[in-house]
Amino acid sequence: MESASHPVPTSSGLDLRGGGGSLPGWATWGAVGGSAGVVAAILLATGAFTVALTLVFGALLSAVVLYVWSRAVEGPRRAKDRVMTLSIACAFGLAMIPLFSLLFEVAKRGIPGLSLEFFTEDARGVVGGGGAAHAIVGTLIITGVAALISVPIGIMGAIYLNEYGAGRLRRALTFFVDVMTGIPSIVAGLFAYALFELFFGPGIRLGVMGSVALSVLMIPIVIRSAEEVLKVVPNHLREAAYALGTPKWKTITKVVLPTAFAGLVTGVMIAIARIVGETAPLLVTTGVIDSMNTDPFNGRMQNLAVYAYNEYRSPGVMKQASYDRAWAAALTLIAIVMLLNIAARFVYRRYKTEIR
Amino acid sequence: MLGAATKRKAAGENQGTMSDSPAVSATSTGPMTAAGRPAKTIEARGVNLFYGDFHAVEDVTMTVEPNKVTALIGSSGCGKTTFLRSLNRMHELTPGARVSGEITLDGEEIYGAGVDPVVVRQLIGMVFQQPNPFPTMSIYDNVSAGLNLNARKVPKTQKDAVVERSLRGAHLWDEVKDRLDKPGGSLSGGQQQRLCIARAIAVEPEVLLMDEPCSALDPVATLAIEDLIGELKSRYTIVIVTHNMQQAARASDVTAFFNIEASGQPGHLIEVGPTEDIFTKPGQQATEDYVSGRFG
Repeated sequence: MESASHPVPTSSGLDLRGGGGSLPGWATWGAVGGSAGVVAAILLATGAFTVALTLVFGALLSAVVLYVWSRAVEGPRRAKDRVMTLSIACAFGLAMIPLFSLLFEVAKRGIPGLSLEFFTEDARGVVGGGGAAHAIVGTLIITGVAALISVPIGIMGAIYLNEYGAGRLRRALTFFVDVMTGIPSIVAGLFAYALFELFFGPGIRLGVMGSVALSVLMIPIVIRSAEEVLKVVPNHLREAAYALGTPKWKTITKVVLPTAFAGLVTGVMIAIARIVGETAPLLVTTGVIDSMNTDPFNGRMQNLAVYAYNEYRSPGVMKQASYDRAWAAALTLIAIVMLLNIAARFVYRRYKTEIR
Repeated sequence: MLGAATKRKAAGENQGTMSDSPAVSATSTGPMTAAGRPAKTIEARGVNLFYGDFHAVEDVTMTVEPNKVTALIGSSGCGKTTFLRSLNRMHELTPGARVSGEITLDGEEIYGAGVDPVVVRQLIGMVFQQPNPFPTMSIYDNVSAGLNLNARKVPKTQKDAVVERSLRGAHLWDEVKDRLDKPGGSLSGGQQQRLCIARAIAVEPEVLLMDEPCSALDPVATLAIEDLIGELKSRYTIVIVTHNMQQAARASDVTAFFNIEASGQPGHLIEVGPTEDIFTKPGQQATEDYVSGRFG
């Protein structure tokens, strides 16, 4: 999109401009801004002005304006291109609205609840006060134990599927892994509860039960992501190792896994981020408690998601303070997920292997 | 069972005492100064190769002479590479691939019952079409990969000697001796291929298979590899697949010509003989058509 200069006849007589002129560089922004301005003015005049209406009608009007203007100057093909570009940009904007609105709302409501007390104290025997330290520690322990269970099983499962599995068994396992990625999280919680109830009797609540429930959700995610990463390791590297007389297991541990390392770590971190905020399976396995518990094998254990749920459901005497703490817990969870994602990106950039 | 050679190699591995083996002997001379050593003979009798239902190579019988370079030539899809890969049991790594017939290394059946393909591949090394250094390893670790990956406990000083000797043998030492800790992927294509040759000869195989080792390289790097092949044959038996007939003429002592009747038909060995004879007075019309450039 250069300036709106007139077509210059070239010496050869060839027309490389597609038979038309071109709109100035500011045409798109001009059309959008102008349309939004006109719509806003009309809405203000009729007394029906809202931001949402301005955006909706502004987008529609600017599409029409841009199409007509471009068609007149540049021809129908470029006019269609401009309208499609505009609609794709609008679709992207629409998709971003819930995300930013959610982040903004959680930050706005969560920040008042944040305090030193929130991070350092539990809520034992406190009326209308206390912190969420027990929930933060509980979240980290439950998720950490879940990762300890899931990562070895998941990565070894992926190695089996990608390096060893063949035929019908492999296809069946892949199918069931896919099914497992879709099971509702409450089912995982009830499974863990039923499993532990067999041994410890009804009403049992343990931190490690939550970890088992989360593992049921996490293992298929780890298998799926690890399998994709292992698939990318080129076969010629395996063959190079075999040609040196290397046994298969050494080829996998010394060549395939190191080459895939960055992708494996990234996949694990994304899987952790995915399960760290689970609520339903923990409600039935780890229970609700107000005091700090760092032993996953003994007694109930609080976590951030259940804490937020509980503060909202039964706020106690000082309602607003409870609500603030619930939002603060939600904000803390989002922060943990974001940190995990940033760490995953960092690990990937730092350790990724150049594969040709 | 694969006999004496296998057992010697296996025994040496288990004990970790290989003072008499050239693989870890710090004082052993490089291939350049070596007066030569007797290498091993490969014989193929009635070899048929399949990918599932597809019959890729039919009834190949030929002998690969020791301390000589044998070139396999022929048009694309005629089974040269498939045949090459069957010589060190790489063919069977492809799902559905099968072998029938007999292939022997100095008289020992390599497809015999109880033969471990891992041991076969330690004796018969391979260099691939695309240079494929391990991307996570340094130059040093790439060369010593064969020692590390085979779980031999080799002292550092001996490993240093093996790395230096192999890199010298591959004509790469002077170019990389100051940056052995850099990744193997940092080298140029020709250097990477020589690194892969160094990696293959570091485990002291008896036979070296090369699958179009120069097809991804420029003419200068190609010449360097061809010179290297000429030197390596004093210590190894070499089989090289090539599309480049000048290369076969320049670098090989024996040439085997493969051909297919039509796409989908199995490949056949048309004839095998001294390179000079194949290129100047071939016994078959098809060979003459091919080497004179009339087709293929």
